[in-house]
Amino acid sequence: MSNDRPDIDRPDIDRTGTPLIELRDMQKSFGGIHAVDHVSIDLYPGEVVGVLGHNGAGKSVLMKMLSGALPRDGGEIYVKGERAVINNPRDARRYRIETIYQYLALADNLDAAANLFLGRELVTPTGLVDDARMEAETRKIMSRLNPNFRRYSAPVKALSGGQRQSVAIARAVYFNAEILIMDEPTAALGVEETRMVAELIDELKRQGLGIFLIDHDIHQVKALCDRASVMKNGRLVGTVDVHEASEDDLLGMIIAGKKPGEPGGAEEVLGAAVH
Amino acid sequence: MTDAASPQAPTRQRSFFDQFELDTRLLGMIGAFAILALTFHFVTEGRFLTPRNVFNLTIQTVSVALMATGMVFVIVLRHIDLSVGSLLATCSAMMAMTQTVVTPEWLGLGLNHPATAPIAIAVGILTGAVIGAFHGWLVGYLGIPAFIVTLGGLLVWRNVAWYLTRGQTIGPLDENFQLFGGINGTLGETWSWVVGGLAVAAALWALWNSRRNKVRHDFPVKPLWAEAVIAAVIAVAILGFVWLLNSYEIPQARLERMFEDRGEAMPEGFTQGYGLPISVVLLILVAIVMTVVAQRTRLGRYIFAAGGNPEAAQLAGIDTRMLTVKVFAIMGVLCAISAVVASSRLTFHSNDIGTLDELRVIAAAVIGGTALSGGIGTIYGAILGALIMQSLQSGMAMVGVDAPLQNIVVGAVLVLAVLIDIIYRRRTGDRT
Ligand SMILES: Nc1ncnc2c1ncn2[C@@H]1O[C@H](COP(=O)(O)OP(=O)(O)O)[C@@H](O)[C@H]1O
Ligand SMILES: [Mg+2]
Repeated sequence: MSNDRPDIDRPDIDRTGTPLIELRDMQKSFGGIHAVDHVSIDLYPGEVVGVLGHNGAGKSVLMKMLSGALPRDGGEIYVKGERAVINNPRDARRYRIETIYQYLALADNLDAAANLFLGRELVTPTGLVDDARMEAETRKIMSRLNPNFRRYSAPVKALSGGQRQSVAIARAVYFNAEILIMDEPTAALGVEETRMVAELIDELKRQGLGIFLIDHDIHQVKALCDRASVMKNGRLVGTVDVHEASEDDLLGMIIAGKKPGEPGGAEEVLGAAVH
Repeated sequence: MTDAASPQAPTRQRSFFDQFELDTRLLGMIGAFAILALTFHFVTEGRFLTPRNVFNLTIQTVSVALMATGMVFVIVLRHIDLSVGSLLATCSAMMAMTQTVVTPEWLGLGLNHPATAPIAIAVGILTGAVIGAFHGWLVGYLGIPAFIVTLGGLLVWRNVAWYLTRGQTIGPLDENFQLFGGINGTLGETWSWVVGGLAVAAALWALWNSRRNKVRHDFPVKPLWAEAVIAAVIAVAILGFVWLLNSYEIPQARLERMFEDRGEAMPEGFTQGYGLPISVVLLILVAIVMTVVAQRTRLGRYIFAAGGNPEAAQLAGIDTRMLTVKVFAIMGVLCAISAVVASSRLTFHSNDIGTLDELRVIAAAVIGGTALSGGIGTIYGAILGALIMQSLQSGMAMVGVDAPLQNIVVGAVLVLAVLIDIIYRRRTGDRT
């Protein structure tokens, strides 16, 4: 299988400048469990970094500290080379960090526009919520991202998984996200809807956004990501260039927690599994 | 980008009724209320829909309806408030003591001073706001379930009220204060027409404004004739209500006393209708304010968002703990306003004022379509719910149904109303 999808032009990422995001020595414990244990990852403009690992590896907790949804116990976050103060979701948004979750992000009882602007409503000069203007803006952005979308007055509960996810993505795009965190964005989507989200990720990447993508599908990671950081039991196993590492290398890192070539690494484990 | 899994609603022929884009839930409730009222009217041989009975029905509904508007917010936010009846009693006791002891004696203003009622009401509202905010803090910041906090509050505030008055009935209340009680404070015919006219004008302006807004953003609008029909129905309903209350005439003996008090002689053949009770005008104002808060403010938007999905609200940067404090504080303020109406209707404060109101208020909100699972509810629904419950109760009393059977019926209706609501939502694909 080829590493690059032929239809997408994938220029090399320039990693000589300042990273968009540097996570340094991030730590978080729950009780005695080190959910995230001294993890450092960086992210450059126009780059998609896959965050891989088994369930419970600490991927979501790491990303929640970046998006301000969880306070961290230790470590620092640098945005474009400057130390960032991120203590809650509003802080993260100020740094143009937007997050797309599979399950959590939408209020089912509200319509697309109310969800898109949730927490950042447009108001009239008298301070009242301006639903008409928000709907007009929502129509504009959705006509770019998902031209078939029509259901502007239905609560998002009534939408399909793909439609809901396009609302969540529209939210990030509308507010000019520079850093996008996608936590299993396609986990509950069908094949066609997954393809739609994948295309959108490529599109956003081309526009120069930096994206952290948590995904369990190794094929998809190979297709969409530039680098992959693998976590196991809260620790960072390593970060590799996806073009250089094979699928087996990645699987070995996830399962055995060793980088390719290390003793007890991928080759031995997978070899043992085969024989 | 394609959207394969999205069945678009086929563009179907729009029927005559579709053109109105009416809220079917609202229509259903109005329909249920109309059937109820007409049935009682028929069974009581025309005694139910008389000006006098409609007048009494509306003033009896106000107290519960006021609190029900606040209960909508509480339930939408996935909480409950079992303490509203007791909180009403504490607010009522605070106001009664203020106007019978504090202002006349401590401040030396004497009885029926013009400043008394405003001071007493301010004290009551402050009391309600502080206690409500305290409940909200216990729920939001300390994480104690609202059910427990307000169950405790039910016992605590009922008996705090008892201590405030040492268990005594306090009255009579200030004359101006009593204007909020219903029959003792009405607008009279002329002012009722003025208020009715203003209400019609405001409703027309709101309709026109909403249409203009849609046109400006190129959204689809109803045909003009449909808009005109809706406007006409609203105008007729408002003015018809005013006409009905205006035709409830003040008894001659009472009119004569009113003229005597002013030192005038009553002209021969003079009649005067009661018109709109001030308490009903108060309810309408509260309903408008609460509806605007629910639909057009960030606060309202966040209440519904947090009720629909608390996690999503938090991730959107909404402080849901502070939101809980605000919602319970609003509930407390409404208990205080309700206490003004309830105690002035009695003309005194009594120990058992507001007893069991928590059940009536929750029932009104739920009959009015507020979902206990959170995120869904309307202010007008809760008020209609209160009206339906009160009609049921007074109608049965008129027919001569025993009190125990009345309660059995009300209880059964509550459960039935929720069942109908669940079925309705399932069919319309709405969430329960
Ligand atoms: N809010 C929480 N409270 C306690 N433990 C948590 C919490 N969130 C996550 N954890 C624990 O932290 C570890 C990492 O979880 P998570 O980051 O969600 O894993 P994943 O890599 O599957 O996203 C798990 O052991 C999980 O049980
Ligand atoms: Mg996870």
